Amino acid sequence: MTITPSLTRSQQTAEEILEPTPMTKLRRRIFKNHSFLIGALILLVIIAIAVLAPFIAPHDPYDQDLARRLMNPFWHDKKTDALYALGTDKVGRDYLSRLIYGAQISLLIGFLTVLISGIIGTALGVIAGYFGGRVDMVVNFIINTRLAMPVFLVAMAAVVAFGASIHVVIMVLGLFLWDRFAVVMRSITMQARDLDYVTAARAIGCSTPYIIIREIFPNVLSSLTVVATVEMANAILLEAALSFLGFGVQAPTPSWGLMLNEGREYMFFSPWLLALPGTGLFLLVLSINLFGDGLRDVTLERER
Amino acid sequence: MIDKKEVVLEVKNLSIDIPVSQGVLHAVENINLHVGRGEILCVVGESGCGKSLTSLAIMGLLPKNAQRTAERLELNKKDLQELTERQLADIRGNRMAMIFQEPMTSLNPSFTIENQLLEPLLRHKELSKADARNQVIEMLELVGIKPAEPRLRQYPHQLSGGLRQRVMIAMSLLCNPDLIIADEPTTALDVTIQAQILELMMSLQEKFNTGILFITHDMGVVANIADRVAVMYAGQIVEEGPVSEIFNNPAHPYTRGLMGCIPVPGKVGQDNHLGTIPGMVPSVVNDFKSCRFGGRWDENYKENFKPCRLTEMPNSRRSYEVNLNEKHLVHFCCDECLHLSEHSLLEGSG
Amino acid sequence: MVAYTLKRVVVAFLILLVVSGLTFSLSHLSADPALTIAGEQASDEDIEAVRKLYGFDRPVVEQYVNWLSRALQGDFGKSYHYKAPVVEMISGRIGTTMTLGFLAIAFALVVSIPLGTLAAMRPNSLIDRFALLLAVFGQALPTFWFALMMIIVFGVWFRWLPISGNTSWAHFVMPTIALGYYATPALMRLTRAGMIEVLSSDYIRTAKAKGLLPISVLFKHALRNAIIPVVALAAVWFGFMLGGSIVIETIFNLKGIGWLSYDALLRSDLPVVQAIVLIFASFYVILTLLADLLNAYLDPRISVR
Repeated sequence: MTITPSLTRSQQTAEEILEPTPMTKLRRRIFKNHSFLIGALILLVIIAIAVLAPFIAPHDPYDQDLARRLMNPFWHDKKTDALYALGTDKVGRDYLSRLIYGAQISLLIGFLTVLISGIIGTALGVIAGYFGGRVDMVVNFIINTRLAMPVFLVAMAAVVAFGASIHVVIMVLGLFLWDRFAVVMRSITMQARDLDYVTAARAIGCSTPYIIIREIFPNVLSSLTVVATVEMANAILLEAALSFLGFGVQAPTPSWGLMLNEGREYMFFSPWLLALPGTGLFLLVLSINLFGDGLRDVTLERER
Repeated sequence: MIDKKEVVLEVKNLSIDIPVSQGVLHAVENINLHVGRGEILCVVGESGCGKSLTSLAIMGLLPKNAQRTAERLELNKKDLQELTERQLADIRGNRMAMIFQEPMTSLNPSFTIENQLLEPLLRHKELSKADARNQVIEMLELVGIKPAEPRLRQYPHQLSGGLRQRVMIAMSLLCNPDLIIADEPTTALDVTIQAQILELMMSLQEKFNTGILFITHDMGVVANIADRVAVMYAGQIVEEGPVSEIFNNPAHPYTRGLMGCIPVPGKVGQDNHLGTIPGMVPSVVNDFKSCRFGGRWDENYKENFKPCRLTEMPNSRRSYEVNLNEKHLVHFCCDECLHLSEHSLLEGSG
Repeated sequence: MVAYTLKRVVVAFLILLVVSGLTFSLSHLSADPALTIAGEQASDEDIEAVRKLYGFDRPVVEQYVNWLSRALQGDFGKSYHYKAPVVEMISGRIGTTMTLGFLAIAFALVVSIPLGTLAAMRPNSLIDRFALLLAVFGQALPTFWFALMMIIVFGVWFRWLPISGNTSWAHFVMPTIALGYYATPALMRLTRAGMIEVLSSDYIRTAKAKGLLPISVLFKHALRNAIIPVVALAAVWFGFMLGGSIVIETIFNLKGIGWLSYDALLRSDLPVVQAIVLIFASFYVILTLLADLLNAYLDPRISVR
């Protein structure tokens, strides 16, 4: 019998390897998630601008003066005015102030649309997922019907029917953009319905509404928020497109879409009239998307 | 210690490191293996001991983040580490083939059996499609799929698990490789199908004189088919030798523990319990400084072996290889384990 | 399989029925169509006469049934404004919209599938980050604004491309990109996710163990499986694109049915609007159906269900 020492790796004193707590892990993930941080930051800035609009806007966004129409923004050499840093539009309104108030309009439409569509979609989805069977079939049919409708065209038709105003746009979009809420809520509720603690709640005789609100709803909250960001971005883009074609918010409201419409006839000589509101839209939608993507990554990992 | 037979596969000091969130996981550490022509080497061990990674490392199919280092990794005396990716692909499926654990997911659901079986032949042999097709049919009949012809047009989901594994075996044999690595090929199958598949593999192995590296956690399977056995634990091979030696004279306490887990009719443990090994394979992360068996041998372990109670190792650690005889090798991870096993070692070599 | 297809066709038909009913009642809620037809200078008697002639005095349900029975025979009535049969107006323009739609979805697929595949092959690599960045930016870019910016840059500054009309292929370049890019993020992400999942699957490992070359592993074994949901999504997106064509056709003055619907809405030309809504909805329903059937064909496992 031979005994020979064989290879070993060099030894060092290893540190204790500690498993971090769930909260620390969550915090770490949030700070490691750059898209979430950047999105949240830009979004907060835009919300702050919208809320503080009356205090930070240098002028009244409705104040017209044809004498100072189509002033150039500060980076031009000619026809600029330090008082109107980003120039003026075709009727001489301060462009910076209109851009600032435009954030208000976009955010307002985004929030209210998502509120309406979120309630409709969540209700339909949760009902379908919880009850299943025939109820589910009916809700599925409603969802498919909704998906088959060309949103943009029907929204335009609805605006024609009810008259163009910000209220009508919000109502119409709210009545249209609930499909994703319903689809996501339906599948999550279906999964949650079969979880042990929901079965337990049913077994001890809790009422259905109680189970849905107390046991199922907390489960779907994070997914709900993620869907809400997607639909909010969607609503903001749709409103802008509607207003751009003249089927949305009406003049003189400072909506970014409407500003693009009004700037279009000057696009060859004053392209900044188009570039600025479009950049606003892009940044707002980008930040909402980044925020939503980040939120999904952070919360999904937690659920794993 | 190497068999007189022609050596097909030789692995020397193979290590696999995987970066994980807590540092580096030493999944496999300095293992030595060899398989002769027409020989079945069984690598046996618990889940997570690194046996599957070893097989993937030989095939060159490790996940991208895993790091492989080896002093020698030779197939037919040719070092696989020196080959380019392209040259390695020329050997895979040709000189060495692999059978996987999950026949249900190992075949592509989108293509017919014929399509998937033709691939290795058309890739490695210069054959016309018709000739290749005939070979495929011949091979399918050899693995017991008769008649083979109608199966060719079928998709994997239309076959049972046992049939799919037969298809996988046929696929691995098509190019008549020198080495087949079978990674738990029977684990996912019913017991009766398991026996059939094992029998099939043994008969084909005899016919083609192929070397087989058979990975399993089932000592029953080992007893049935192995020529030699390598017992793997926590990334190391703790004992290696001919199947009779391992079963009759297990020297390492872990091997003895495994033996205690085999159900033998009419012969149960003293307290009417099937043997168990308490605890789990430790994660060998960073500079793992405990004894790998620390905490696993408790009072209930009734064999004439005292547990290694040492969980803190001194800063410099030595491990030992003990040659019981020419073919029977035992590996101890620390001084303490060696000393504690002295009794059984002497018994074994005596 | 036949029963499944049949059931899907019946549901599709029901959906179209509901959509057309909703659109019909929606458009008849709007300002009195008789006013539109008779013109602004018309007297009350004229308007009343028009109302009788077109049947606007009858209940909405009756009007809908009449419209539907004629629509089923391929008669969508006459345009209030142009006084021409709606079918003729649409059939003369649908080719432009279809061309635009096909070009746009082709553009989206040509960009997103290779990019998604490359990104999936090396997750977290430079190309993966680039692809994800492109997706995030693309999703936030308003289609119509992107179109306007392209007009300014490529149409006005560089004068490379025509900015209005549909007389040559060059006229389709900017509209195609403007309409198509919006689908790329979704398709790219789906390709990437699908490829990552497929590449880590057991049968890919088997394919590698057979010694197949990376090209064959990637394009034969992986892409075939990963592409199934992408194809389905692309079909659905084609339906969305027809809706998006309204803005794009209006901006580029491409006179397809998207432009026609915009024009008709401006003039409250209801028969045209109704017909176009029904066409768009039919496209969506048929495409979803075809996508499902194509899935069943490409993935042999589906037909078992």
